[in-house]
Amino acid sequence: MDFGPYLMLATLEGAVTAAVLALTASGLALVFGVMRVVNVAHGEFFMLGAVLAWWVTSWFEGAAAFGFAFAILTVPLIVGALAALADVTVLKRLSYDPERTIVATIGILYILQQVTLMTYGPDARPVTPPFNTRLALPWVEMTETGLSLYWPWGLSITSYKLAVIAAATVILLALWIVMTRSKLGLMMRATEQDREMALAFGIPVERVYALVFGLGAGLAALAAVLIVPIQQAHYLMGGDPLLLSFIVVIIGGLGSLPGTVLAALLIGLSDGIISVFFSPTLAKILATLLVALVLVFRPQGLFGARRA
Amino acid sequence: MTKSKTIKPVSTQTTRRGALKTLALGGTAAATLPLWARYAGAQTAAPIKVGFQVHRTGIGAAYGRWYDRTTQAAAALINDQGGINGRPVEIVAEDDGTDPKRGAEVIEKFATQHNCDIGFGTLFSHVVIGSAPRAGELKLPYFVVSEGHHVASGMLNRYTLQPGITDVKSQVQAMAPFVASNLGKKVTMIFPDFAFGHDHRDFFTAAIEAQGGEVLEQIAIPPTETSFTKYFPKIPRDTEVIYHVMVGPAVLTFVKELGEFFGPQRPEIFGFIDSLEAVDIGSPGLEFLEGTYFWEGNPRYAQADQSPYDAFFREKVGVDSNGASVNDPKDVSTYAHMFGCWETLHIVKAGMEAAGYQTTADRAKLIEAVEAMTDLPHSNAHPQGAKVFNGKTHQVFGHQYISKVTDGKLLLVHTTSIEDTYYPDEVDYTTQPL
Amino acid sequence: MTADLRKIIGLHGAVLVILFAAQFFLPAYHHGNLARIMVLATYAMGYNLLFGYTGLLSLGHALFFAAGLYGMGLGMTQFGLGAGAAVVLGVVAGAGIGALIGALALRTEGVAFMIVTLMFAQAGYLIILYFGSYTRGDEGFVIQQADRLVAGLDLSDPTVRYFAALSIFYAAFVVLMWVLRSRFGHVLIAIRENEERAMMLGYDVQRYKWGAVVLSAGVSALAGAAYGVLFGYVGASFASVQYSIFPLLWVLLGGAGTMLGPLVGTIFMFYLIDLSSGVTTAYMLIAGIVLVCLTLFAPQGLMGELRNRFWRWLP
Repeated sequence: MDFGPYLMLATLEGAVTAAVLALTASGLALVFGVMRVVNVAHGEFFMLGAVLAWWVTSWFEGAAAFGFAFAILTVPLIVGALAALADVTVLKRLSYDPERTIVATIGILYILQQVTLMTYGPDARPVTPPFNTRLALPWVEMTETGLSLYWPWGLSITSYKLAVIAAATVILLALWIVMTRSKLGLMMRATEQDREMALAFGIPVERVYALVFGLGAGLAALAAVLIVPIQQAHYLMGGDPLLLSFIVVIIGGLGSLPGTVLAALLIGLSDGIISVFFSPTLAKILATLLVALVLVFRPQGLFGARRA
Repeated sequence: MTKSKTIKPVSTQTTRRGALKTLALGGTAAATLPLWARYAGAQTAAPIKVGFQVHRTGIGAAYGRWYDRTTQAAAALINDQGGINGRPVEIVAEDDGTDPKRGAEVIEKFATQHNCDIGFGTLFSHVVIGSAPRAGELKLPYFVVSEGHHVASGMLNRYTLQPGITDVKSQVQAMAPFVASNLGKKVTMIFPDFAFGHDHRDFFTAAIEAQGGEVLEQIAIPPTETSFTKYFPKIPRDTEVIYHVMVGPAVLTFVKELGEFFGPQRPEIFGFIDSLEAVDIGSPGLEFLEGTYFWEGNPRYAQADQSPYDAFFREKVGVDSNGASVNDPKDVSTYAHMFGCWETLHIVKAGMEAAGYQTTADRAKLIEAVEAMTDLPHSNAHPQGAKVFNGKTHQVFGHQYISKVTDGKLLLVHTTSIEDTYYPDEVDYTTQPL
Repeated sequence: MTADLRKIIGLHGAVLVILFAAQFFLPAYHHGNLARIMVLATYAMGYNLLFGYTGLLSLGHALFFAAGLYGMGLGMTQFGLGAGAAVVLGVVAGAGIGALIGALALRTEGVAFMIVTLMFAQAGYLIILYFGSYTRGDEGFVIQQADRLVAGLDLSDPTVRYFAALSIFYAAFVVLMWVLRSRFGHVLIAIRENEERAMMLGYDVQRYKWGAVVLSAGVSALAGAAYGVLFGYVGASFASVQYSIFPLLWVLLGGAGTMLGPLVGTIFMFYLIDLSSGVTTAYMLIAGIVLVCLTLFAPQGLMGELRNRFWRWLP
């Protein structure tokens, strides 16, 4: 394939990765920003989202689009409720002590993974996309008559992948509006700034925490529902999103939402594009080292403000 | 390629006589022992314990479930037929989490805690390689069902054998003549960037060059990758055949995205069914596979000329003619591999009977008896096909199957000869002490 | 003070004696397990020096364990070293990588330190896969029984193996005990308790932390090298994230910042998995529930709770 179309393909694929990553990571960033809690089980909430999406859509065999719409509405709520329950029963009792919550969420990770294995089983299962048309894409080239369009071999995307990018953008905008414009967002930001002060002003901090933890998990689940028609639901699928979300949240400046989205774009796109130039595994090694070095030499993240 | 001479049949006569002699010696020795010891040596009703290392959790769990079902079915059959040397077979299953560290611990548990007679049934190569040293030290006969080249490469030890499933080296090289003469000579390979993929890369590249073909490009995909489209532009345009062997849960995505990438015009595609074990060929997104070719260890769909042995095997394990569970047509089996558990357990039975196996003290005799085996005819004990066991390399050789996806089913189009799968011996385990 | 010291020596001496004596009465299975546990507990002790005593939470210690494992393994297969020299090479490799990573990662702190160590370990794991022609990638390779000889002793022999594991555990235990009672150790604990205060007292905090990382990495690498040479296998799964999380779990379970915590935690976790896997295939579920319950009801770990309730003198 020529270089131009290749780069365009890698960029489009990177954009899909970035969209899903931005949703997942903003859930993690929200939890970390407001609660100062590192949720190691975040990837498992992502996995639960995908598995539940398979389960819900399997009720609607023959009506894939309807089943999928139903899944996208219900699954994040179920996962969010489950996470809120975990917050109230476990994390709250640990007084959100950073190290203890890490261990507790590792425990939750094992529990969710094993319960899924015991009920859903070890297979990877696909979900039918509500729509999926292959769209061949044109590219320009110079001919004697000037610029002209042609259809390079292999340069294409599917309508569903485009829809994922659009949906993620809309959801992130909605989240941004909720955080900046609504009373709920105000309460979250107040809790984030100063927990004691928020309590003094009568903000139900405990309920805000449960809500934020649920919302964070719900976002991961939502991302998973969006991606599961492209990938498949599998009980071990939570590991990679967790690792990538960590990277994104750190580079994005620990809990800042716009920073997280920017970082997701950077990571998602570079993952697609770096693999154009290097052997894929080498690309992964370089990317991983790069993230580590960014952190070392710019600990506040690439987009982070100077927060204490 | 005249590789047929490379495997010399082990001189069965003498070895068998040797085994008999040892047996007779043992008998005399037993007669001179005190009474209590002789009784302990001749216990008849106690079960023969087969320590079954099963991937119940971890990345191998989808395989583990079917390995378990096949093993239980084989054990039930052997017990119905009167057990081994008049003793029932008991399967002692332990999960290894598909992890080499836990695998080695499980082997220790079999040998020293459960007092198993043998260890058996491991699939994933890294678990085999992590466990085999312990099996060798504990002198626990360790029958693996892994299709890895680790046994025949000489890396392991005299107590580790693979008599029930062929290894990746022989499988891969047997594909080259078919690919070169039917599909094309310019091949692009797509494989996972770890040892299993590297085996395919090295063995197939050599084998296709021997057929006058060439590998244009080798695309190694990092483990844990979940999206693949970005790698496909590396496929050269003049590729005639794509050879793919992806494994793991992301396989469906891989195939789907390959289809979306090529759209209506695609080169010939040849894959290893490892990609789609336990996956329904009719899954959404896999329509693209129509007309492509697969290596199959054992044809998943019952073919028109199905052997009575295959029918028997399916019935006993509970698999329908589409390779799915009879109880749940959506529960697709790992049909291309799981026969290995069945056949291996029958080898163990035959070996124990030839060795007159009585107690764990006879483990060395069991190894010698299995090493003495050569021809394994197509039968209920070997439903996948006839096989030839090489006692020196501890590896079995057999027919390989190539199927074409036709109307959403896998239709057998080619069966390789056993000779196609031979390569020169890389080790002689029989020179190692027992 | 002296009474406490006597208690400390009494308790720890008793544990070391029990570990020595255990080989004479344990059944074969548990005998083998204990040898394994002592090597893994050495790994946990190395981790504990950093996490429990210096207050640095690393999520990348698998890198150091694997550096020891591969330094030893490749030393034997690629450079033809004997077992003893190969183990030394493994330890040097681990400490060297520790020195490098420490110098970089210590520019960060808190969550960023966790992630940086995690990233370096992940890169290390991928590097092992990338150089598959030497390492055999995920599949790993076997250290042949014939090569596993130190001074004519066959390390695959159960008794020899037990003694080797015991010596490694003893050595790490004594060295760490000595370090912690030295000025160096006191400064580390001061850093954990209050870094700014330690800085104001004039200590070069970064250098002390760096020293702790190198020592911790070296001990972890020793455990890795020993594990490979004693059990005959070198593989990439030991470099995966899971093996970075294990020592954290063991130390937290046993009690961070206690000398016996790593051993107690390793034994506890090992038998929790071993026993529950006999009962149910969902043993990781049980492990998960136990983890959650421990953090809820025994946040200081087993030895930590003992110290809080009964033995206030426990180091």
